Amino acid sequence: MVSQALTAFDRALRLRPDWTPEAVVIGASAGAVDALGALLPALTREAKLPVAVVVHLPKTRPSAIVEVFAAKCAVPVAHPFDKQPVAPGRWFAAPDSHLLVEADRTFAMSLDEHVNYSRPSIDVLFESAADVYGERLVAVVLTGANRDGARGAQKVRASGGIVLVQDPAEAEVDVMPRSAIELADPQVVAPLRDLATILGSLGNGAAHVAT
Amino acid sequence: MTVEVSPRSSPFEIELRLLLEAIYLRFHYDFRSYSMASLRRRVRAALDAFQCDTVSALQEKILHDTAAFPKLLQYLTVQVSDMFRDPTFFRAFRERIVPELATYPSPRIWIAGSSSGEEVYSLAIILAEEGLLARSILYATDINPEAITRARDGVYASDRVAAFAQNHAAAGGKQPFERYCTAAYDHVALDRALRDRIVFSDHSLATDSVFAEVQVVTCRNVLIYFDRVLQERAIGLFRDALSRRGFLGLGSMESLLSTGHGASFEPFAPEDKWYRKL
Repeated sequence: MVSQALTAFDRALRLRPDWTPEAVVIGASAGAVDALGALLPALTREAKLPVAVVVHLPKTRPSAIVEVFAAKCAVPVAHPFDKQPVAPGRWFAAPDSHLLVEADRTFAMSLDEHVNYSRPSIDVLFESAADVYGERLVAVVLTGANRDGARGAQKVRASGGIVLVQDPAEAEVDVMPRSAIELADPQVVAPLRDLATILGSLGNGAAHVAT
Repeated sequence: MTVEVSPRSSPFEIELRLLLEAIYLRFHYDFRSYSMASLRRRVRAALDAFQCDTVSALQEKILHDTAAFPKLLQYLTVQVSDMFRDPTFFRAFRERIVPELATYPSPRIWIAGSSSGEEVYSLAIILAEEGLLARSILYATDINPEAITRARDGVYASDRVAAFAQNHAAAGGKQPFERYCTAAYDHVALDRALRDRIVFSDHSLATDSVFAEVQVVTCRNVLIYFDRVLQERAIGLFRDALSRRGFLGLGSMESLLSTGHGASFEPFAPEDKWYRKL
């Protein structure tokens, strides 16, 4: 039994037979720890894709995300350093700054103003990654209580990338996924379990999951 | 006739490069070696502010309207700082570097990229509390004349003072922070005595050279906006400006590891990004 979400994803991919993704970006806010806890184990050490994550955290605990997931995951979670190559094999979590991707596939940081009251901001990561990866980018919007990520997801979509959004009915807080759905017209809206299946299939030479 | 269009460079990317070239040729501000990911965002914000649809339109405006470039410069150099940002950085300065500075008759400190002045005043307060300010000189430099004016004024919004005071205490502050400011309406002015030992000046890490010998350089959260080539140039300037065994302090996300100058320095308080020239 294949879920509707997986079928939708497969349909989106069937339109681009030679498509291979180059990077995954994920944004999450309120409820992020549980949601990422369901997604992160889907990624194995063999995964060929770099994954960059923006999570809104209290200003006083910028590295909580690294501590929380260091123990839980096969793939290490780390804050990237300035100009570190965006390479597979680990999850990169934004530090206490905006996280961006440069054209040469390295990370950049910025302490420019907050965007959507947030720094790091999901929009900032998504928009810079869309500039670089275009249609070879997969962006994922998860649970959250503000609208950060919606504009970024819209830009990913406009640049030809794939946008996956957590089913608002399942999200701990539905504002962020709802905003992304309204603005970005995502290819897939699905519960975490299906998003995990899709992410797990990406970059492992098995992009088509439903066939 | 059909013309082939390069899919690799969008019109925006091409226009952005042309704009930076035009700024360099016309105004001698060199942003060509800045991090493009951040510049793209800043230029997009400027397009909204200038009500321009394209970067070409913005370029036309700054080339033909002399009042426009200073305004654009504010968008290209936005920088947000706090006093005593990362308090442990300042605590390390107070506890480990000030005792070394005290052995110099007139210690000199260069704050490169001083923006609106929060960092230079933070260092001045520590030097005052440690009895060293009266014989120290602090050089605060930035490329943005408006930022230098704001730094020289030393006036900040009152609603920021609570955070400043908290950071000051966490950095080992010896007096209540409020002792250093005078409140006026919704702003506070920092004590003028702090300013007497600060030299404010226009200086570009991209195009200018070393101007003084100093014992300490701090350049925090400036290098993240530079590409590797410009980072190398800037750190080379710091190395040349520092006296032997001088100290270099960087931002929390910056390091010397990825540059060619690692061999000229040793870690001093690496967890707080303090390095020492060999």
